[in-house]
Amino acid sequence: MLEIKNLHANINGKEILKGLSLSVRPGEIHAIMGPNGAGKSTLSSVLTGNPAFEVTQGKITFMGKDLLELAPEERANEGIFLSFQYPVEIPGVSMVNFMRTAINEQRKYRGLEPIAATDFLRLMREKKELVEMDNKLTNRSVNEGFSGGEKKRNEIFQMAMLEPRLAILDETDSGLDIDALRIVANGVNKLKSPDNASIVITHYQRLLDYIVPDFVHVLYDGRIVKSGTKELALELEEKGYDWIKKEVEKAP
Amino acid sequence: MKEINNEANFNSSLVGRLGGVEYINLYKQYNEDIKAHSASVLNAGRDASFELFEELGFPTSKLENYKYTDLTEPLSVDYGLNINRVKIPVNPYEVFKCDVPGIHSYLYFVLNDGFYPVHDERNDELPQGVIIGSLSEISKSHPELVEKYYGKLSAKQKDGLVAFNGAFAQDGFFMYVPENVQMDRPVQLVNIMRSDVDFMANSHNLVIVEKGAKAQLLVCDHTMDDVRFISNRVTEVFVDENASYEHYKLENTHTRTTNLSTLLIEQKESSSVLANVITLHNGITRNTIEIDVNGEHCETLLCGMVIGDKKQQVDNFTSVIHSKPNCHSTELFKYVLDDVAKGGFTGKLYVARDAQKTQAYQTNKNILLNRTAKMRTKPQLEIYADDVKCSHGATIGQLDESALFYIRQRGIPEKEARLLLMFAFTADVIENIRIDALQDRIKMLVEKRLRGELSKCEGCVICQ
Repeated sequence: MLEIKNLHANINGKEILKGLSLSVRPGEIHAIMGPNGAGKSTLSSVLTGNPAFEVTQGKITFMGKDLLELAPEERANEGIFLSFQYPVEIPGVSMVNFMRTAINEQRKYRGLEPIAATDFLRLMREKKELVEMDNKLTNRSVNEGFSGGEKKRNEIFQMAMLEPRLAILDETDSGLDIDALRIVANGVNKLKSPDNASIVITHYQRLLDYIVPDFVHVLYDGRIVKSGTKELALELEEKGYDWIKKEVEKAP
Repeated sequence: MKEINNEANFNSSLVGRLGGVEYINLYKQYNEDIKAHSASVLNAGRDASFELFEELGFPTSKLENYKYTDLTEPLSVDYGLNINRVKIPVNPYEVFKCDVPGIHSYLYFVLNDGFYPVHDERNDELPQGVIIGSLSEISKSHPELVEKYYGKLSAKQKDGLVAFNGAFAQDGFFMYVPENVQMDRPVQLVNIMRSDVDFMANSHNLVIVEKGAKAQLLVCDHTMDDVRFISNRVTEVFVDENASYEHYKLENTHTRTTNLSTLLIEQKESSSVLANVITLHNGITRNTIEIDVNGEHCETLLCGMVIGDKKQQVDNFTSVIHSKPNCHSTELFKYVLDDVAKGGFTGKLYVARDAQKTQAYQTNKNILLNRTAKMRTKPQLEIYADDVKCSHGATIGQLDESALFYIRQRGIPEKEARLLLMFAFTADVIENIRIDALQDRIKMLVEKRLRGELSKCEGCVICQ
């Protein structure tokens, strides 16, 4: 589904990703962990086409297409969804209008007619229930005045609405209390299917108690330096990242 | 619609020439005619206005108050003036279709510089006591009413355009809403410019909203012919105790128009005023707006919005004067400028020494869509009271890149994403339109305008 090979990327001329490779197949959940500054968020930005980042080397294919050739909106409509670490407030754009526009753009991309009003409302209702989202929030402007937890829940709500093939959750757990974390994780788990995949970027093992990964990768200094199963996450939680840093530095 | 009239007769009064001096000579030469075709109440201060104009001349951009508007070029055009009130044989009720569906307004026209007198049955249901009509006619039928108010605000202005208007305006729109009368529908005044030759119009509007009364006025500016137009209009509004008044001004004129408009509002105790000035399409526009909050416990909301591209210029020069304590004013102006459009905003806020407990907030936010559009903004606060809450903020920027990426990440193409953000940017000004049908319509017009489509109303010429 997703194939990243030897990816190098810069921001403002500074190289952050230094030869990252990763392969994701349908139905899999990959956790990406790593210390601050390792390049975790850069990876999510590059995958989604954030224009602030420049890819200098490497290749990304998604569903057989050269992802780097596609604009951010095309990648989104191919089925890549990013749950932002810091969701943006957009005063004046209502959630309803935003979601309707997004859904219809996705349908247009796939050669479908715009969604019928009643279907749209039903879809909104269903997905709101999934993430236990308050009606008040969907009647407001996008993320405007939302608490940290509400913003993250809103990301998962949008993900549920757009039903991506590949969901990238960028530190979705940061700033969440345990109840919100459970709701968010629950939403993610309910959306899981044999056809879609997730990349879960996180600092802490905690989220992985709720969203159980098939693979855990450690990102350090712009590369994946270690991969394993969920037990690796537990080991990291226990021992921190220092032993990995040492291992990497020892290697030639 | 070029076959308008008795051409010879019409042209005989077209003697306007460029520059202040030629207008001064014109006034002296046609003084009797100007007065003969107006009303004595309106003539009372005419010579004084003229003398003031002689002293001031037309404003130039060297003046602090006009530094964002340069009228040299538009004033160099040889405009016609219709001093002898030659009738223009066009019925705006027939040619003009307002496309604000469902607004159900009481509808009136000022055609160039005169109130269009034809009776329209839609206006038969005016509430009892309400008087709406031609300023010059009502100056004759109700001289005591007009005399009490006419020129009371404009005579205080030391402004060449207002003085010029006082000298040359012979007619305009008049509205009187008596004590405790609540207007059931908005009143709509459409200023239409219609001429086969380059043309100047001066008109003076007078609005009186008595104690406890309530009224909404929507003023639409339109141009019909592909000639150079200049209009210089002064509107005086008196809002008495506990009265509520909403003033909407929607400009949709063509690029060969110079629209000079002065709106002067006086508020008495516990009154509420909303003024919302929207420029969707224009040539050169100068809006001078002054609200004199002259009573305690008043509410004032002054907002506006500009969408400008090509070579359009819009200058909103605003003053809110707090003379009495315990009042609350909010000012909000937003501009979206593209191409080589130029915007100017001045927000004067004056809080007199006795106006304690004033709360006054001012915001001007602007988006420049490229490097060639220009915006100049100037908050100007003069606060002489020591127990007040006042704030101001002005920003000039581009669309928020992080928001743009966020929207695109949801599958919305860049062009649509930009549109969503621009539309969102203007949303809070549009929300301050309290006539639902108008709000819906403006949303639609703004969206069309932002998409680069012409947002023209029917019966209106808009050039590319």
